[in-house]
Amino acid sequence: MGMTMTQKILAAHAGLDHVEAGQLIEARLDLVLGNDITSPVAIHEIEKMNVDGVFDKDKIALVMDHFVPNKDIKSAEHTKCVREFACKHQVTNFFDVGKMGIEHALLPEQGLVTAGDVVIGADSHTCTYGALGAFSTGVGSTDMAAGMATGKAWFKVPQAIRFVLTGKPAKWISGKDIILHIIGMIGVDGALYQSMEFTGDGIQYLTMDDRFTIANMAIEAGGKNGIFPVDDVTIEYLKDHCDREYQAFAADEDAEYAAEYTIDLSALKPTVSFPHLPENTRTFDEIDEVPIDQVVIGSCTNGHISDLRIAAEILEGKKVADRVRCIIIPATQTIYLEAMEAGYLRTFIEAGAIVSTPTCGPCLGGYMGVLAEGERCVSTTNRNFVGRMGHVDSEVYLASPAVAAASAVTGKISSPEEL
Amino acid sequence: MKAASGRVFKYGDNVDTDVIIPARYLNSSDPKELATHCMEDIDIDFVKNVHEGDIMVAAKNFGCGSSREHAPIAIKASGISCVIAETFARIFYRNSINIGLPIIECPEAAQAIQAGDEVEVDFDSGVITDKTTGQSFQGQAFPPFMQKIIACEGLVNYINSEGK
Repeated sequence: MGMTMTQKILAAHAGLDHVEAGQLIEARLDLVLGNDITSPVAIHEIEKMNVDGVFDKDKIALVMDHFVPNKDIKSAEHTKCVREFACKHQVTNFFDVGKMGIEHALLPEQGLVTAGDVVIGADSHTCTYGALGAFSTGVGSTDMAAGMATGKAWFKVPQAIRFVLTGKPAKWISGKDIILHIIGMIGVDGALYQSMEFTGDGIQYLTMDDRFTIANMAIEAGGKNGIFPVDDVTIEYLKDHCDREYQAFAADEDAEYAAEYTIDLSALKPTVSFPHLPENTRTFDEIDEVPIDQVVIGSCTNGHISDLRIAAEILEGKKVADRVRCIIIPATQTIYLEAMEAGYLRTFIEAGAIVSTPTCGPCLGGYMGVLAEGERCVSTTNRNFVGRMGHVDSEVYLASPAVAAASAVTGKISSPEEL
Repeated sequence: MKAASGRVFKYGDNVDTDVIIPARYLNSSDPKELATHCMEDIDIDFVKNVHEGDIMVAAKNFGCGSSREHAPIAIKASGISCVIAETFARIFYRNSINIGLPIIECPEAAQAIQAGDEVEVDFDSGVITDKTTGQSFQGQAFPPFMQKIIACEGLVNYINSEGK
């Protein structure tokens, strides 16, 4: 029996010719990632291990992005702990304020991940790099510690669900609408323990940013990873960003899938996830008037330059509605600079939005946009759980940057077509 | 491995790690401090009512969302001796084993057991007994290496004890 794309990458990293779903393997890691929340716990664990240091100082990435610039004394202590660890072990890829960006936008941009890699990260959205044709998955801090010490991790080889994307998406349809549609279709545990393998002729119409957004939210369907084939778009991106040689794996023709879904991208409509689960998706024909208090455009899901471009197109010459706060967060310093040079920052500020330094802050109710009781936010982030962005009685509506920007202008959840 | 025994706290589908331990408390990684906020966004009384050894029972996809290891750490430090669910989100599953919090998948038990029941879990056999109703259920027993990790109170001690 043939292997899926994920299985082939895992087999190659376990030194095996063949693996099967359910098999326990130990795989070699190309990169181990942690952030300012998860790394301190991992550092505490690695210090308890009988090991001399880290397995490879060049294959660890420590990104200070969640509560950074430090929101309070305790967060500052956490960042300090990671900074000292990075210094002690001479970790090459330590990203502090000034260099940092939101980890899952930063790592591909810095060329730290390439096609064919196996990556673990102590952050659930580590699955983002599947967009590049890598196997990457989120783990906890102890797995991160063991990964940093040994350069290896154990995995149960997953089955896969195959998503065949066909057709060309319409004007306002982005990667976000596609992945929200899929999560709405299969549910938040629809891909539990499984790979989500994307394929089909529709992929040629998806930019790298669209693919990052789709792979990023595989975890929101319970997926172990989400993965895209390596095509011209991928290769072009890798040429611009990564010096390392890539390896393009492809699923065998006779690979077995647990399920297969075909999705006609040309039929998709702008999609919004209502509280309090990403699977509660609706299109605008199912949405009544929902007044809002805040809009967030950013995060590892949608803080890319193309996301800011769409937001700027919509906000150009318009004003954020009265009594609505609009917070826009470029995901990395490079994106920030690009947005500045393109004039987007001026557009945002003149529209009455604010622009922040890169941070995960508002997405998880950390800081920089925490919601009060009863408040509603349209957000381009990835989770709308109870209390995710603040008060337990606040509400988060997940949407694309186009919907978020349009909603900021009208003060209610709106499709860009309404403007 | 020693059996777990205690009174049940019961929850529904898709209990996410944001409600197990809200991010506003993630500026700490101290288990005792995290435990004081465990479950507070869906069960404000949990921390007040939980006793050492008590058991948590939930439905599908328990522990979904963020990979924060603070979630199983908070549950363990609150005194919970075992979590039973229909299914677990995979990162939460790994994290629980890695920090030595026993968790066990058993859809039948997760559906039948009610809040407040006295329940016992034998990890060697995977048998779950509801002492209140007298029913018993066959859960998935841990493979030996996972039992060892849990018995060592987590992956780190296990790696150290294996002597490498």
